[in-house]
Amino acid sequence: MLDFLKRPVLEVQQFYLLFGAALKNVFRRPHYADDIFIQMDIIGVGSLPIVILTGFFTGAVMALQMARALSQYGQVGRTGMVVSIAVVRELGPVLTALMVAGRNSSGMASELGSMKVTEQIDAMRALGTDPIQKLVTPRMIATCTVLPLLTIIADFVGIFGGFIIAYYLLNLTPTEYWSSAWRALEWNDVAQGLLKPFVFAFAVSLVGCYYGLRTTGGTQGVGRSTTQAVVVASVMIFFLTFFLTKIFTKLATP
Amino acid sequence: MAEETRSPVLEFEDVSLSFEGPPVLDHVSFTVNEGESCVIFGTAGSGKTVLLKTALGLLKPDSGRVRVFGQDITDMREEELFDVRSRIGMLFQEGALFDSLTIEENVAYPLLNQKSIHSTPDEARRRVEEVLRFVELEHTLEKFPSELSGGMRRRVGIARAIATRPPLVLYDSPTAGLDPITANTIVAVIIKQRDVSNVTSLMVTHRYQDGRLVADFRFDPATGGLRPSPNGTGPGTRTRFMVLKEGSLVFRGSQKELEASTDPYISRFVARRA
Repeated sequence: MLDFLKRPVLEVQQFYLLFGAALKNVFRRPHYADDIFIQMDIIGVGSLPIVILTGFFTGAVMALQMARALSQYGQVGRTGMVVSIAVVRELGPVLTALMVAGRNSSGMASELGSMKVTEQIDAMRALGTDPIQKLVTPRMIATCTVLPLLTIIADFVGIFGGFIIAYYLLNLTPTEYWSSAWRALEWNDVAQGLLKPFVFAFAVSLVGCYYGLRTTGGTQGVGRSTTQAVVVASVMIFFLTFFLTKIFTKLATP
Repeated sequence: MAEETRSPVLEFEDVSLSFEGPPVLDHVSFTVNEGESCVIFGTAGSGKTVLLKTALGLLKPDSGRVRVFGQDITDMREEELFDVRSRIGMLFQEGALFDSLTIEENVAYPLLNQKSIHSTPDEARRRVEEVLRFVELEHTLEKFPSELSGGMRRRVGIARAIATRPPLVLYDSPTAGLDPITANTIVAVIIKQRDVSNVTSLMVTHRYQDGRLVADFRFDPATGGLRPSPNGTGPGTRTRFMVLKEGSLVFRGSQKELEASTDPYISRFVARRA
């Protein structure tokens, strides 16, 4: 029984050690600013098309589904409100993080995994560089910076997607839709909508780097690490969103 | 007499290491003295790479002590090890060049990133050109590792290992996976480096031919090639041999003793002589 538990406990411990080391490096020199900007470009600009597409269709589908339900109560005019709350609180942050996890956690795991199996990580240590400082911290900083920004874009595009449906298919006026969408949002929604991607960013980047750095077993091992990184990062996003939602729900309740 | 007065550069004292299974290094003890060339033979999985990584402090032994330049590195923290590593050059098995960097950036990497070296970009550029000329690859500055052949990548790996003029150079199977002609070219570069810079070197390999070349040939500055010089007769370095079997050192001695050995495992390497 104890042997069965030993491995997962060790994995969690190593993940938190990596988290601690990466966080500590944020305040320690040297800082690899070039690497941070390169990663921001890869993660942020690179993920933009898929995030926009996902955001747009999420908002549009939400509007279609909710309008059907709201019509039973004669409240189709409130479609904007439902779409904006769902997108800003939950769907925008979660779906953007899932997209970035699918695209970048896997990318980080495969890139670092390839470096690991070809001894480039060892070479880096032998040549005077801390791989966590050079590879993990820049990816973590970059993800924490761009994921909230991507989420803001996804939120806006999502609400816009809902508007397209509301305007063309539900015959709502722009004022009707946008004022309802705007009025529905409170500071609590905006706060959780921005805090969530910031927390997800740690999961997305660190899980990718963790699985990359522990890769063994050649190219097959790289494939395995990539798959594990996406699965674990996605599951962590769902866990985290549940707990964060619970906290914010508690805070919002008077 | 001069041999005895040489100070030890690398010492393994009863070093053992295992990863979830039988020991990869099993009570290994040896010393490499200043100016010596040491060749360790071993089959795949005998612990050759692990031994070199332990010498660099990349792996920590479960027991025993490792001393480099007289400093005990066994319990050193990573930050302290950077200073020790700046005095050791290492050629990894497949070169381990950084894929995303050009050849120039790869070779300049230790010059610009080793805290104790701190070269300026201009100094680094000059040194990169110098070492790439040394391995006859000065025309590859702007290329990426993927654009080079296996042998060329290995030579760039040597250039990167010696860029900081380290007094100790470790070679991990420098000829593995190369055809015999390219392999001899790589060993010729290793001999040239040893004789030009008078460095201490430790090479692990499974090819007896590599060890024999290192022992019996010297670099001739007049011709720019190699000339025969039986082991120990020339000035400067002396080559010693060891054999690693399943993590244990089963032989330590001279070339003559190695060739005279009747042990079936040891004679497997010698029998491969061309």
